[in-house]
Amino acid sequence: MNRLRRTMMYVPGNNPGKLQSAGIYGADSIIFDLEDAVAVTEKDAARDLVASAVRDIRYPCEVAVRINHISTPFGHDDLRCILEAKPDMIRLPKAEYPEEIKVIADLIGRAEAKYGYPAGSIKMMASIESAQGLVNACAIAKADPRMAAIALGGEDFIADLNTTRSADGAELAYARSQIVVAARVAKIHAIDSVSTILNDDEAFLREARMIKQLGFDGKSCVHPRQVELMHKVYTPTAKEVAQARRILDGIKLALERKSGVIAVDGKMVDGPIITRAERIIAYAAVVGMNKEDADE
Amino acid sequence: MSNEAKRNLPDFIEGYGPVKPYRGPFATAPSGRRSGGKIALDVPHSEKLLRSIDQAIEAVGLQDGMTISFHHHFRSGDHVPGLVLAAIARKGIRNLTLAPSSLHENSDILIPLLEQGVVTAIQTSGGRGEVGRYITHGRLAKPTIFRSHGGRPRALASGELVVDVAFLGAPTCDIYGNINGVHGKSACGSLGYAMVDAAHADKVVAITDNLVQQPIFPISIPQDQVDFIVEVDSIGDPAKIATKVLRFTTDPRELLIAQRAAAVMEHSGLFQDGFSFQLGGGGASMAVARYIKEKMLAHKISGGFGLGGIGGVFAQMMEEGLFRMAFDAQSFDLAAVESLKKNPNHLEISASQYANPHTKGPLVNRLDMVFLGATEVDVDFNVNGLTDSNGMVMGASGGQSDTAAGAKLTVVCAPLLRGRLPIVRERVHTVVTPGETVDVIVTDYGVAVNPRRQDILARLKDSPLEVMAIEDLQRKALELTGVPDSVPVSDKIVGVVEYRDGTVIDVIRRPE
Repeated sequence: MNRLRRTMMYVPGNNPGKLQSAGIYGADSIIFDLEDAVAVTEKDAARDLVASAVRDIRYPCEVAVRINHISTPFGHDDLRCILEAKPDMIRLPKAEYPEEIKVIADLIGRAEAKYGYPAGSIKMMASIESAQGLVNACAIAKADPRMAAIALGGEDFIADLNTTRSADGAELAYARSQIVVAARVAKIHAIDSVSTILNDDEAFLREARMIKQLGFDGKSCVHPRQVELMHKVYTPTAKEVAQARRILDGIKLALERKSGVIAVDGKMVDGPIITRAERIIAYAAVVGMNKEDADE
Repeated sequence: MSNEAKRNLPDFIEGYGPVKPYRGPFATAPSGRRSGGKIALDVPHSEKLLRSIDQAIEAVGLQDGMTISFHHHFRSGDHVPGLVLAAIARKGIRNLTLAPSSLHENSDILIPLLEQGVVTAIQTSGGRGEVGRYITHGRLAKPTIFRSHGGRPRALASGELVVDVAFLGAPTCDIYGNINGVHGKSACGSLGYAMVDAAHADKVVAITDNLVQQPIFPISIPQDQVDFIVEVDSIGDPAKIATKVLRFTTDPRELLIAQRAAAVMEHSGLFQDGFSFQLGGGGASMAVARYIKEKMLAHKISGGFGLGGIGGVFAQMMEEGLFRMAFDAQSFDLAAVESLKKNPNHLEISASQYANPHTKGPLVNRLDMVFLGATEVDVDFNVNGLTDSNGMVMGASGGQSDTAAGAKLTVVCAPLLRGRLPIVRERVHTVVTPGETVDVIVTDYGVAVNPRRQDILARLKDSPLEVMAIEDLQRKALELTGVPDSVPVSDKIVGVVEYRDGTVIDVIRRPE
C-alpha cells in the first residue's frame, strides 16, 4: 500500500487561485476538473490554465485531471494539451465501455513516448455514472494496466436510474457494492461518489463511515473540510493498531514455535484476520502513525 | 544611521525632528513626568451644553496650527469627524494636525479638507483608502507619524503628542459630561481609545446623540475631563458602528491557517488552565477562536482572560465559562457591546491600561499568547501591517507591536501568497513589529519558528505540525510567484513609524 487515495479533491479548472493553492489542504489526490465545473465557453481557457498548473507547480500529492468525455468535442483536445504537462493521472467521466479506456490508454502511451516520460507513468481512473457503465464496471476496471481506480459518479447515476437522492443513500447501495467488487477483482482502488453534504459534519461522517465499511478506499471530495473529516474516519485508531500489532506478533511467535493454532486476546487468528491486521499496520505506516513500522 | 531592525534612518527628519533609533523592545527607559491637559476652573452651575459644534469650536479657542483628535470606536459608521471638520473649515481655520486614534475606510471624506489645507499633518495608527494614498504620495506638509495603540497613549502621557482639542463622539452623555459607550442608538461598547484623549487633551468636547440627565451609569469618561457638550441628530450610522456579531470566515484557506495557529497554541506548552490570549484583526487570526474553543473543550482547559479588541465570539466563550474575564479596549460587534453592558466580568479598559509601555502595568505584559494578522512578514520575522507590497499605506500599526512585545508567544497568521504576491519576503517594505518579538509564522503552506525560540521549536517539532525554516517558506512562495521587483522609492519620507516606546523603527518613503 504505497499510495493512499482516501480523498480525491476536485478543484475547478478555471479558477487560478484555487489551482494555485490546491495542494495545501492535505488531500491524497487533487483532481483538476475540465468537465462539469467548466462552462462550454471556458473550456479552452481552463485547459491551458490546468496544463500550466500541472507543469509549473510542485504539488505535494497526486495530481489528476478530469477530462471531458472523448465522445464530446473537448475530450481529445483536453488530452492533447494536458498529457504534455504530465499529470499523474487522467480521470475519465461517464465511462461505459472498456474500449473507451483502451482508446485513452493508447493516447497516453503515445504521449509518454513522444515527450520522453517513463512508459506507464501516467495512470488512469474512470468513473461510472450510468447503468450501462455499472454493468461493465468490472471490464472497465480491468481494461488496461494504467487503471488505478474506479469511482462512482453518484448524481448522474441516480438520474440515470430514474430516482432521486435520499438521506441514507439506499438508491446507491447496489452500485456502491458493485464498484467495490469490480475494484477488488481488478486490484485497484474503489472511490466513492462526492457527497453534497457541506454544512453537517455529523451527516458527512456517517456517510464516510458507511462507505468505508462497504470497502471503499476513498471518496471524491468537493471541499477541504471533507478532506479533513475523511482522513479522520480512515485513520486507524491507536487501539486498532495495537491489536493488529499483537496479532502479527502472535503469528511471528507461533511460527517460531511451529505451533499450529494461533490465539490472540483469547480469539483464534486465521487468514482473513491476519490480512486485515497487515492492512491496518501498513495503513498506519503510510499515514505516519507508527514511524518505527514505516522504517521496518 | 541604522537601527536595531536594520533600517537606514536619517538623523533628522524635516517636519518630524531628531530621530531616536529603535534599539530593542525594552531598551529605551523613559524619564520625566506624566503630561496632562490644562488645569481648569468650573464655576458652580455653569452650563457645559452648547448649541452647536460651531459654538464649541469658538468656546475651546481653536486656532490655526493646533492639534485635534477623534477616537475610532465608530469604525466606518463615524459621523463625528465629518461634522466637526466641516464646521472648522467654514470658520477658515487652517493648518491643523489631525491626531485620531485610527482612521477607517470612511476617512475618504477628509480628502477635500486635506486639499484645502484645513488639515496639513496627521498622527495616527494607520491610513486606508484615499487617505492612505494621499499620505503615501507625500501630499501632506509633514510626514505622517504612525503610532501603535500603546504608543499613542504613551506619547500623550509623555507630552510628545499634545492634543489641543479632543472631539469625542459620545453614545451617551449626561448634561455634566459623563460619557459611556454602552447605551444609546450609537452604542459602540468600550471607549478605551477615547479615554486617553479625555485624560490628556487640553480641551474636551463631547458630541452626542443621546443627551440624558445626570448622572449615568456606568461612567467611562468622567465629567471632570469634559469641557463642553454638543447635542447633534446623529453621531454615526449604527449599522456600520457595530455589526450584529462578527462571523468566522468561511474561506477554507483562512480556516486552515487558523486551525494550524490553534495547533501551535496547543503544543506550545502555554496551553494551560488560566491562560490568556488576544486575537488581532484579519480573517485567519479571528477564526483561531473557533479552534481554541474546540481544544479547550477537548482538553478540559479553562482560560484566564482575553484582551484587546473583544468580539461576540469571546463574549460567548466567557458566558460558557471557558474564560474568566475580558479586558476590552474596543468592542468589535453588538454582541460584545451587550456583554460589556451586562457581564460584570467584561471590563472596559483604556488604551493606556491595554498597551502603554511606559506605565506600571500594561495588560499586554500579562498575555500568554497573541494571534496577529500581517500584510507581509520577512525572513527576520519582521512584520508589516501598515503598507502593502507596493509601499502604499493601507493598514494600521494597531496593537501589533504592543502585544508582540508583551506576550509570551506571538503567532502571526498570514497566507503565503496574496494573488500573485509573495507574503513571506526577504525584507518587509515597512517594519511595524520587530522580528525579535515575533515567535511563529503560520501560513497555509507550513509553519516557521523564530530561531530565537528554540524552546518553541523543540515543542512544535514533536507535534503533527509541518515546521520548516522561514527561508524554506520564502522559497516556496518565490517558486510560485518568481522574484518580484523591489518597489523603487524616492528620498522623500512621507511616514515615520514609531515603535511603541517612541523610537523610530522605520520610515515610509514615497514610491517613485
